[in-house]
Amino acid sequence: MRVPILKQGSYLIASVQSSLSDEELIQLSDDLIDKVSDVRSKGVIIDVTVLDVMDSFATRVLRDIAQMIKLKGAPTVVVGIQPEVALAMVSLGLTLGSLKTALDLEEGLSLLKNPLSEDND
Amino acid sequence: MSKKNKPRDNKNINPEESKYPQIPSQPTDDTTASLLRELVAHLRQKRSELREEWALRIQEAELLTAMNKEEILAEATSVYDNYVEALETGTYAALQAYSRNLSERIIPRGVETHEVVGIVLLLRDVLARSLFSKYRDDFSKLNRILDAYEPAANRIANTVAVGFVQERERVIREQQEAIRELSTPVLQVRERLLILPIIGIIDPKRAQQVTEQLLQAIRRNRAKVVVIDITGVPSMDEKVANNLVQTVDAARLLGASVIVTGLSSEIAQTLVVIGVELSKIVTVGDLQGGIEEAERELGYRVEYVDPSKS
Repeated sequence: MRVPILKQGSYLIASVQSSLSDEELIQLSDDLIDKVSDVRSKGVIIDVTVLDVMDSFATRVLRDIAQMIKLKGAPTVVVGIQPEVALAMVSLGLTLGSLKTALDLEEGLSLLKNPLSEDND
Repeated sequence: MSKKNKPRDNKNINPEESKYPQIPSQPTDDTTASLLRELVAHLRQKRSELREEWALRIQEAELLTAMNKEEILAEATSVYDNYVEALETGTYAALQAYSRNLSERIIPRGVETHEVVGIVLLLRDVLARSLFSKYRDDFSKLNRILDAYEPAANRIANTVAVGFVQERERVIREQQEAIRELSTPVLQVRERLLILPIIGIIDPKRAQQVTEQLLQAIRRNRAKVVVIDITGVPSMDEKVANNLVQTVDAARLLGASVIVTGLSSEIAQTLVVIGVELSKIVTVGDLQGGIEEAERELGYRVEYVDPSKS
């Protein structure tokens, strides 16, 4: 299943609905990059609330997406990482690098709207 | 008396005398059992006398000082009855249950292990003394009675002592669990600002627990900034430092930034010497500074208003 990408004002929201296979992740990456150029987006949010596993491949793809979108001039925020997933990720040594994270969609949007707090992070 | 003298009489009179020398060296269960029955009957008969003597000896030895005289006598009575019952039936389950129950009652009053072991050994001695005086005229009978009595008595002493120690260990385990639960409070001091004071030694298990609790609290309170205060952490090695880094990373994945405060100069030196990568972590000298920094990050401005002018 393709991940739906919603447009909210000048922001794009990719809302993951079920666990993703590797192909679906690559698909998401392609879709997002195309769409960012299409709509001249000012920021992208990837909502991973439903994911209860985040492996090294998914982590890398998310990091790459963020970097590619940054080259197009928009920041990316990953929102909704579950506490258990976060715990598992750090114990596996997976990090999102410079990728921004926020608690949920609402927080993510306010982070994008408020570049000041972004600098502080 | 006739019963008591019977074996010896037999031995003297019986024509098949050659059979008998084997019996003392290989006493059958029946003889042990009958001796124990005799013993139990004796102990039942002398119950109040022996019990009082025992209570007196306990007081003389200054054991169970946490309890008063009546309590000691009451407790002594039930221990005595349980003791005799264990001797009679040869089963220790009831005694075990009783000693656990007793321990539950007396441990909170500060009764020590040596006291419990001491009173059981005293009871053993009191009973043995009474056997000595009863059978002083018949040495071989005394010997056989003691043969039957001693292993059972030792086993009883063992059972009670083990029961007491087990109960005590159970209490200790429960308390450790409780301390572990209590030792990591996550407190909200402002909207979206949590503080996590860590006190005491961090082991990997506790580090894991701290991280879990922190992450849950971040989600529950929708926190954006967390101040972890480690003033109360006496020392930190590489493992603990890495645990701390992991906690910070995990919190960041939930969108909260972390400020660590209260690193003692010793810990700072250790961390630099062992070369733990802490550069990604924001550190501030003390808790006050940490909270001020967090407030700045969240956009709070604390203003002093002179109370006399307002």
